[in-house]
Amino acid sequence: MHDAAMLLAVLVATLRAATPLVLAGLGELVAERAGVLNLGLEGMMLVGAVTGFIAAVATGNLAWGLLAAMLAGAAMAAAFAFLTLGLRANQVATGLALTIFGVGFSALVGNSYQSQPIQGLATTLFPELSTAGPLLQQVLLIDPLVWLSLVAPVLVHRFLYRSRAGLILRAVGESHDVAHAFGYHVIRIRVLATLFGGAMSGLAGAYLSLAYTPMWTENMVAGRGWIALALVVFSTWKPGWLVVGAWLFGFVTIAGFQAEALGLSVSPQLLATLPYLSTIIVLVLISRDRVRLKLNAPAALGKPFNPAA
Amino acid sequence: MNPVPPRLRLRGITKHYGATIANDGIDLAVLPGEIHALLGENGAGKSTLVKIIYGVAAPDAGEILWQGRAVAISDPNAARALGIGMVFQHFSLFETLTVAENIALGLGTRQDMAALAARLRDVAARYGLAVDPGRHVHHLSVGERQRVEILRCLLQDPSLLIMDEPTSVLTPQETEGLFAMLRRLAGEGCSILYISHKLEEIQALCHRATVLRAGRVVAECDPRTATPAAMAEMMIGGSLPQTRRDPGRAPAGPPCMVVRGLSLPSDDPFGTGLRDIAFALRDGEILGIAGVAGNGQKELLAALSGETLAARADAVTIAGRPVGRLGVAARRRLGLAFVPEERLGRGAVAELSLAENALLTATDPDLAPHGFICFDRLRRFAADVIAAFKVVAPGPDAPAGSLSGGNMQKFIIGREIGHAPRLLLAAHPTWGVDVGAAMAIHQALIDLAATGVGVLLVSEDLAELFQICDRIAVLHAGRLSPPRPVAETTVDAVGLLMGGMMPEAAHAA
Amino acid sequence: MRLSLEPRTSPWPLMSALAPLLAVALATLGAGILFALMGRDPLAALHALFLSPLDSVNGLAELALKATPLLLCAIGIAIGVRANVWNIGAEGQFIIGAICGGGVALYFGPDGGWWLLPLMLLAGVAGGMAWAAVAAFLRTRFNAHEILVTLMLSYTAVQVLGWLVHGPWQDPEGFNFPQTPLFEPGALLPVLIEGTRVNLGAVFALLSVPLGSLLLGRMMVGFRIRVVGLAPGAARYAGFSEAGTVWFCLLLSGGLAGLAGICEVAGPIGQLLPVISPGYGFAAIIVAFLGRLHPVGILFAALLMALLYLGGEGLQISQQLPLAVTGVIQGMLLFFLLGADVFIGYRVRIVPRTPRHA
Repeated sequence: MHDAAMLLAVLVATLRAATPLVLAGLGELVAERAGVLNLGLEGMMLVGAVTGFIAAVATGNLAWGLLAAMLAGAAMAAAFAFLTLGLRANQVATGLALTIFGVGFSALVGNSYQSQPIQGLATTLFPELSTAGPLLQQVLLIDPLVWLSLVAPVLVHRFLYRSRAGLILRAVGESHDVAHAFGYHVIRIRVLATLFGGAMSGLAGAYLSLAYTPMWTENMVAGRGWIALALVVFSTWKPGWLVVGAWLFGFVTIAGFQAEALGLSVSPQLLATLPYLSTIIVLVLISRDRVRLKLNAPAALGKPFNPAA
Repeated sequence: MNPVPPRLRLRGITKHYGATIANDGIDLAVLPGEIHALLGENGAGKSTLVKIIYGVAAPDAGEILWQGRAVAISDPNAARALGIGMVFQHFSLFETLTVAENIALGLGTRQDMAALAARLRDVAARYGLAVDPGRHVHHLSVGERQRVEILRCLLQDPSLLIMDEPTSVLTPQETEGLFAMLRRLAGEGCSILYISHKLEEIQALCHRATVLRAGRVVAECDPRTATPAAMAEMMIGGSLPQTRRDPGRAPAGPPCMVVRGLSLPSDDPFGTGLRDIAFALRDGEILGIAGVAGNGQKELLAALSGETLAARADAVTIAGRPVGRLGVAARRRLGLAFVPEERLGRGAVAELSLAENALLTATDPDLAPHGFICFDRLRRFAADVIAAFKVVAPGPDAPAGSLSGGNMQKFIIGREIGHAPRLLLAAHPTWGVDVGAAMAIHQALIDLAATGVGVLLVSEDLAELFQICDRIAVLHAGRLSPPRPVAETTVDAVGLLMGGMMPEAAHAA
Repeated sequence: MRLSLEPRTSPWPLMSALAPLLAVALATLGAGILFALMGRDPLAALHALFLSPLDSVNGLAELALKATPLLLCAIGIAIGVRANVWNIGAEGQFIIGAICGGGVALYFGPDGGWWLLPLMLLAGVAGGMAWAAVAAFLRTRFNAHEILVTLMLSYTAVQVLGWLVHGPWQDPEGFNFPQTPLFEPGALLPVLIEGTRVNLGAVFALLSVPLGSLLLGRMMVGFRIRVVGLAPGAARYAGFSEAGTVWFCLLLSGGLAGLAGICEVAGPIGQLLPVISPGYGFAAIIVAFLGRLHPVGILFAALLMALLYLGGEGLQISQQLPLAVTGVIQGMLLFFLLGADVFIGYRVRIVPRTPRHA
């Protein structure tokens, strides 16, 4: 009984830790498949986290919080799209700008909400949580967003590989010039993909501030946006592998806490480096196979499109 | 008067790009079932015109009449809806998608993939264009890719098919097959607008020709009766310059570059590996390497120039020294010079000045003593190249990107020759340049060879190869046929080799 | 009516210089609006942000002090970006530089001689280089992208510093505060102007400007860097080693960031703390772009960014605005700059929407 509860706890904790990575990573995966490299995930997640938190506090309704977070993420992505797709600014530099802005902006608007407690998603939906037994408590902790992180990859996969819209999106990411010559609206498709990426990042951020933690603290995304970016490369732009990668990271993240629970004494600071070092290792493992990367990467990724040329 | 209106009529089509005028009041009429040639030099405005017809670009002024009715073709979907199909010169295919996916995307409307594959097989069988719908495009040969493009058009039952320089990637034999297919299509009533600058092809295929020069229609003629010389004069607006070649040249000297047993896998997943390449380039000769693009030309040039290293040092020797394991700079110091296929982004950097571009391949330590660049000497060097090769440029400080293609190519060739090489590799040196520049480039290569420098010329243009080379070898699927003296071979024989028909002797060698 | 972008036949060089000024003007406007939204008098707040810090000798000295790490980091980043090598992790190299140099200071304690300070500086540079070398190795050997690797190494460096000051290097007499003992006076950079905190680090930063200009404009190695960045195909054709360029750029920028780090802890801070940088390494990315990736431009951009930091602190006191305001203005600045840059390569034209078949 105890072992089963322990195992379940580890499983649930892994899924919960992986959820923001899956959500943000899926959004970026779709954007990159359309040829847009948005390095601003970290910033969009932070803005999503703080907006979602404030909206939830203001309305007293978590659903409004999630919606506001998605809108905020999409708004950030719209700024990115305006600069890179409208004004043809460098995508790498603009993505960095998005992150720098997001870090500052979220800290500013979230200043007075710092460390204020809120009732999390799971406890709101399942008020009996506090009185439930430990096993049930674990299961109830799997809130709708965790479920979404399991369903969304299947939907994105079906969209990309089974629908005509998905085929067009992949084609735009493969060669915008050819797609343009075929009469597809390259910019419009890319803007939509970018906005989807932003909304998913916003949602991922809101998951952190409304369900995972749940509270708002400055810089609480703590590099998850960058890890999600690395996971997209790791997945070779395939939703299924993205989920596998995210679970791996979820496990690494919670492994530290488990080690502590088992009585191993490791400095918390050194434990906190694990996800970052794992990211580097994963990146190295996947990047060394240049041919595989080249075959799978969207060929037009990050390249500006100039319809007049 | 013809009671049937032309299938397509253009009236006064005009298009500006910034300050340059690409099309200037162009009139054109294509009749039903007619194979109509659009003839002109590079830069004459052919591409712009077909982009306008296919809805990729919008005209600034003028009128398009389709079957006698005025139409606005706002995008390629509109063109396809009218019944206009187009086969692009640089194939518009998505490398990582399958043939069926590519065709579905090109049709512009929702398709049932199974039904599409069935129709595809049907049309392919009817026109003899066999291709597997489930294969990924990056696995296909250039000829197969063209078939996919043509199939994509045919599936829409076009009444006007635009073909943009379709034979530049085909062997002479494949070209014959293509022509047979086009004639059959025209016989069924489909109009064909055929864009080319190859006069013999137009004579063999087309019913009528419209000649463009500098964005204007300068003539219309029946290519079956006009002489090639007359058409060429209309095209370039003057008599064709001739290259001079000293007939009593000294025979070629000892080898300056010897390649033996050179095998290399391609590092590009879409590339072609080299298999057991062997040849010797002699001092003072021009050795031509023919072949359809994508048969290992890029890989061969990279292996010879030092951008990729051979497994063994003696696979490549320069003047008797094994260099297979030496990099680009070391090979240059031994006297190798190289004119790459792409001008901007490879042979030169668009954003840098001509003087700075001269430094790109310099081996002379005086240009950058102790790691510090001497800009005065560089400017003088660049000015000398500009003067010697009649490059039209404001001066050594002009950015490379501001020059026309032909002038940039002359500058690159002049720069390489200016570094006083022992041997020169030239890849497609006249691709996309105007006739005048092409002649000047040919002359420069001939003159260089006359000074005893070995020249290796890689080209897809058989006319060019037969015009200036001493010997010709053919690259196919990463294998090189033994070089043969030009006098002892024919275009047809080379064409067979380009198509992969290696004579037994080639395998034995 | 709609706006259409038309490529210019050649870039507009004047706009390249004007774009940063336009961006600063727009960001100032944006900051004013932000202050108004937060219920402050925009003019008073802007005065506090941009002008108040400059009205005393000490203010100017503080400006130089804050510009020093920005300048050092930004010049390294800019040289890298010229070669299309994106060292986004200057923050991490800064921290590791501070740890290595600071470690030397702590190891020798009061036993150091004249050689201690040079040794600390060397250790700082070496630390920054080593941290960047990890990224260079993984990029050249395994093709792992340096943006993600340098960033992950930055997050890691923050934790390593946290571990050291909470653990092995914690001051035993520091009442359990997470900090190391103060460095000995011999391990501190000499102050240049009495009564201020401006130190020798500012001299290093100033020297980096002409040296960086020389490298990019006059030297073969700079030429190679530019060619690799502008046209990788041309660089391969010319035989310029891409791997060599990646190593050079990352070691150079890592070393400069490491130098900035040790100068910070051996200068104004004087010990190791859990947080030793208000994000200098990240702000330096903005500085590099605002300075047009050119050392002279970067000098001015670094001073401006230093002013933002200084003014941000002033705002906190005089207008009770959170420090995060600085970050928002920084972000806006980069946004506006990237937007303004479009005019260098493109002409904006208003196209009247013509009805079809008019």
